[in-house]
Amino acid sequence: MSTPASTPGSVRGGRGASGLARTVLPPVLLGVVAILLWQGFVTVLAVKPFILPGPFAIGEQFGINLQNVVNGMVVTGRNALIGLVLGAIVGVLLAILSALLPILDEMAAPIVAAFAVVPIVALAPVLYTMFGANAETARQLVAALAVFVPVYFNTLKGLRMVRPVHRDLMRSYAASSWQATKTVTLPTAVPFVFTGLRIASSLAVISALIAEYFGGPVGGLGKSITSAASSSNYGLAWAYVLGSIILGLLFYCAALGLEKLVSRRAPA
Amino acid sequence: MTTAAAPVEHAVEVKAVSRVFTGRKGASVTALDAVSLTVAPGEFVSLIGPSGCGKSTLLRLIADLDTPTEGSIEVFGKSARQARIDQDYGIAFQQAGLLPWRTVAGNIELPLELHGTGKAARRERAAELIELVGLSDFAGHYPDQLSGGMQQRVAIARSLAESPSLLLMDEPFGALDEMTRERMQNELVRICAETSAAVVFVTHSIPEAVFLSNRVVVMSPRPGRIRDVLSVNLGRMSDRGENLREDEDFFHSVSQVRELLHGSAPTGARGVETR
Repeated sequence: MSTPASTPGSVRGGRGASGLARTVLPPVLLGVVAILLWQGFVTVLAVKPFILPGPFAIGEQFGINLQNVVNGMVVTGRNALIGLVLGAIVGVLLAILSALLPILDEMAAPIVAAFAVVPIVALAPVLYTMFGANAETARQLVAALAVFVPVYFNTLKGLRMVRPVHRDLMRSYAASSWQATKTVTLPTAVPFVFTGLRIASSLAVISALIAEYFGGPVGGLGKSITSAASSSNYGLAWAYVLGSIILGLLFYCAALGLEKLVSRRAPA
Repeated sequence: MTTAAAPVEHAVEVKAVSRVFTGRKGASVTALDAVSLTVAPGEFVSLIGPSGCGKSTLLRLIADLDTPTEGSIEVFGKSARQARIDQDYGIAFQQAGLLPWRTVAGNIELPLELHGTGKAARRERAAELIELVGLSDFAGHYPDQLSGGMQQRVAIARSLAESPSLLLMDEPFGALDEMTRERMQNELVRICAETSAAVVFVTHSIPEAVFLSNRVVVMSPRPGRIRDVLSVNLGRMSDRGENLREDEDFFHSVSQVRELLHGSAPTGARGVETR
C-alpha cells in the first residue's frame, strides 16, 4: 500500500531463449540450494516441527492434502478476484470522474489518501457484522477496498500524462473534448491502469486471505492456516502457506503479463 | 471581410501582434512586440532567431494554439480561430508527437478519422502520403520501431493529410542529425513543390532557412521583434536540389542572414539588391 503510483513499462522483456535460460536458471538454482540448506539445517539440528518443519515435510503434506489446498486456493482466489474486479472498476471510474471534475478530485484526494494509510483488513470484523459471518462479502469488500487505492491513484496519474504535443495536436484538429479523450487521454492512461492493477493484484490476495483471520466461513486458505496451526498440524499449516504463495504469484504474474501486453506501445 | 474585395488574399496576415506572458507575482514577459507579417499563398517563409525571440510563439498564435494579447491574425481572410476550426492548416512540431499505440498508417489517418472521412478514402490517402514521404515499407510499423527521422517524416505526412494550403512547422528537423536533416530538407522542398502550400517554418539553422525559403524573417529577442526580412532568390522550389547547397548565391544569402542575426543595428541591406 506504500507505493500507490509507479511508472508503467519499467519491466520489459524481449530476450531470446538463451537470455531466458540465463534469467530463469540462477534463481531456480538458488531456490534449490536454499531448500537443501533448509532441510539440512532442520535434520542436522533436529529442529522441532512446531518451530520449523523441513521443506520435504511441507512438500509431503502439500502432496497429501493437495485437494484441500486447491479448494482453499479456489475460495480465497475467488474472493480476491471479485474484490480485484470490483475495486478496479470503481477505482478507474472514480479516477475518470476526478480527472474530469477537478473539484471532485480536491474532495476525494484526502479521503483516498486516508484509505491508503488505514490498514484496510482492520475493517474486516466490522464488515462481518454488517454482512453476516456466513457470507464471503466482507472478504471481497476488504479486497476491493485494498485494490481501489492503487488503481485510483495510478489511473488518475495516467489520465494526466497526456503529452503537451498531443494536446496541441488535438487542439489543432479542432477535436471535441470527447474525441480528445478517446483518441489520446484514455490510451495514454491504459498502461498506468494496468500498473495499478499489478500492484493491486497481490494486495487483493493478501487482503482476502488476512480477512479470513477475523472470522467468516471456513474453507479459504487463511482459515485453513489458522485451524491447521491450532491443531498442531504444522506441516499442513505450511502447506497452506505454500498454497497462498502460489495463489499470490498467480495473481501477480497474470497482472504483470497483462501490463506488459498493454505497455508495449507505451510512451517512452 | 476581404474575401469579396480582394481576389488574392494572404495566406497569413499578422497585424501588430503582441503576446505578453504574465508570470506569477505579476512579472510579465513580452514574447512578441507589435509584430506584423504577411505570407502569400504558396510562399515559404522561415522564422529565424535566437532562443526567446518569440518565433515559436508567433507560430502558435497563427495556429490558434495561443491567443495574442494585442493585434489580429488572419489566415486566408478568416480569424485564426475560424481557420483552425475549418482545418485550413496542417501542423508539425519539433517532437513528432505520434501516437505510440497507432501504426504509421494509423497516425497519418488520425486527422482524417477525426474529421469523419470514410475508411476507404482514409486508407487511400494514407497510402498516398506514405509513398510521398518514402515510407512504403513501414506502413504497419509502430513509431517506436522507427528512427527519429522516419518519425518526423510520418509527422509531416500527417500534417499533409488534408491537403492544407498552409503548413505550420515548428523546428520539425530540430532534433535530427545534420545528414538526416539535409535529406529531410530536400524532401520538404520536393513536397512543397508538389503541394504548392504556403509554409511558415520556424528554425534556428541559417542554412536550413535559406535553403528552404522564399523569404527569411530574422527575429530578435526580449522583446520578440522582427529585425529584418530577407528575400532569398534561389529559384523555384521545384528547381532546388542538393547542388544548391554549393551555390554562390546560397552562401551569399547565408552570410546575409548571419549578419542580420548577429549585427546589433539593422543594416541597410534589405532584400537582395545589395551585393
